[in-house]
Amino acid sequence: MSTERAAKLIQGTTGGWEVVVGLEVHCQVLSNAKLFSGAATAFGADPNSQVSFVDAAMPGMLPVINKFCVEQAVRTGLGLKAQINLRSVFDRKNYFYADLPAGYQISQYKNPIVGEGEVLIDLPGGEVARVGIERLHLEQDAGKSIHDQHPDHSFVDLNRAGIALMEIVTKPDMRSAEEASLFLRKLRAIVRYLGTCDGNMEEGSMRADVNVSVRKPGTPFNTRCEIKNMNSMRFIVQAIEYESRRQIDVLESGGTIAQQTLLFDTKTGETRPMRSKEEAHDYRYFPDPDLLPLEFEQSWVDEIAASLPELPDAKKDRFMAMGLNAYDALVLVAEKETAEYFEAMLAAGVDAKSAANWLNNEYFGRLNKAGLSVTEGPVSAAANAEIIKMVGENIISGKIAKDVLDIVWAEGGDPRAIVETRGLKQVTDTGAIEKAVDAVIAANPDKVEAAKLKPAMAGWFVGQVMKATGGKANPGTVNALIKARLGLPD
Amino acid sequence: MSVDKDTVRRIARLARLKIEEERVEPMMAELNGILDWIEQLKEVDVSGVEPMTSAVAHNLKMREDVVTEPNNADALMVNAPGGEDHFFVVPKVVE
Repeated sequence: MSTERAAKLIQGTTGGWEVVVGLEVHCQVLSNAKLFSGAATAFGADPNSQVSFVDAAMPGMLPVINKFCVEQAVRTGLGLKAQINLRSVFDRKNYFYADLPAGYQISQYKNPIVGEGEVLIDLPGGEVARVGIERLHLEQDAGKSIHDQHPDHSFVDLNRAGIALMEIVTKPDMRSAEEASLFLRKLRAIVRYLGTCDGNMEEGSMRADVNVSVRKPGTPFNTRCEIKNMNSMRFIVQAIEYESRRQIDVLESGGTIAQQTLLFDTKTGETRPMRSKEEAHDYRYFPDPDLLPLEFEQSWVDEIAASLPELPDAKKDRFMAMGLNAYDALVLVAEKETAEYFEAMLAAGVDAKSAANWLNNEYFGRLNKAGLSVTEGPVSAAANAEIIKMVGENIISGKIAKDVLDIVWAEGGDPRAIVETRGLKQVTDTGAIEKAVDAVIAANPDKVEAAKLKPAMAGWFVGQVMKATGGKANPGTVNALIKARLGLPD
Repeated sequence: MSVDKDTVRRIARLARLKIEEERVEPMMAELNGILDWIEQLKEVDVSGVEPMTSAVAHNLKMREDVVTEPNNADALMVNAPGGEDHFFVVPKVVE
């Protein structure tokens, strides 16, 4: 175990415990129509307005698979560097619930469409951890039950029933709540880059079942518990932290962990057992007789592979090759839209380092403060690129650049026009700067004497001149002039 | 392979079938009769034979990703008790 990971052990009364986390992530496939019917998939439609008779499990209705959903699963598998199975099988997973009209979910059990793969996660200390992917399979989503509209009844909306899901199962390779959260962020970024899932956790397009166990480092896995149906990154972290502490307490007081399914109560921050019996887990899978095995050619997989976009890891490497440090590169590739914004600035002719510094130091800070995403922000990539270019062309100083950004943020407009009309251009006329320098020196004879003994005082003079010129003097020119006038070495 | 009485009760519960206690024993006998009959198939040596998934050698038919369904909400509610505001209404089921 690496030192970084060793530091994550949770201390109990008997020493350090290692948390072991595996995830089952459900990602809703981005498609127009459902997995086995021609009903629409749009979020937020009127109740039961996007339901075919297949989705409602009317007798005699037969499923016909959506080819694009299959393609999306293959694309995701390729993005997870996983084995693509040219032959897979759909099975029926049998259970009774009000929002599952057929009494079974069409899923894939023994022969999933995608096999083993991997996702790399960047740990804060710079180390990279590998999370193994066990499998990805295609299945139908269930409908939605609404419980709070009536005292004795639940309302069922089947709009979601039959939408394609990819269930992505990891190996138990994560060792802390933080690693689980980093994995989910990375997986979300990958599917969003691929365009196979919108990753919207609030709308439930991405949700996870979290398997947690604890052990002494180097010993075999202990019994795990599964926390069901989590759709918030923050709650997942809380739930893992609570559950691992609970298990440690049980084990240290001489108890044993019973394998069980838990729910996370967001109000109390605690996990509690689901009431339903474990027997409900007897799903009696069998091959769906309505569907033939799903088979396709390697050439089709190759075509899909050839159309994959550049993924976060490759993009990060390319950004680092342009001179960015790992931290800046990671920030920029974390969201597809952020990377696109950055690349639009590069296309506008700004060098990578200046663009990254400007975004990370100035623009993203303003976005965070305003609670806006990069696509919601008021300043275009082109406008930000112009501002940086003006600094590079010595038209404005770095300080004025921030003012220009504030103006464009608040009022919009073309940065170059703003600099022109508001007289923000840097004073490069040496004569004017000389005048300001001489005025400051004449007004402060005592400081001049002090600076001769203590050359660092030159900075004070630079500041005064910048103030006198409204920040428009070129700081380099001011600095050189002051040193010359005071007789200080360069 | 055969089933005992507990297995019969369990299968019934999983299938949401109500079976009176006096029906359990006869049901067990009937199920075991069917299982015995299928058991005879074991006499055939099928080693190396792929399981047959369909009587016809077809590929799975695929659909394009196109929305073809109209809004069926009214039709869906025709046989549904309750049917308030186009919701199916069921006894409260909440975890």
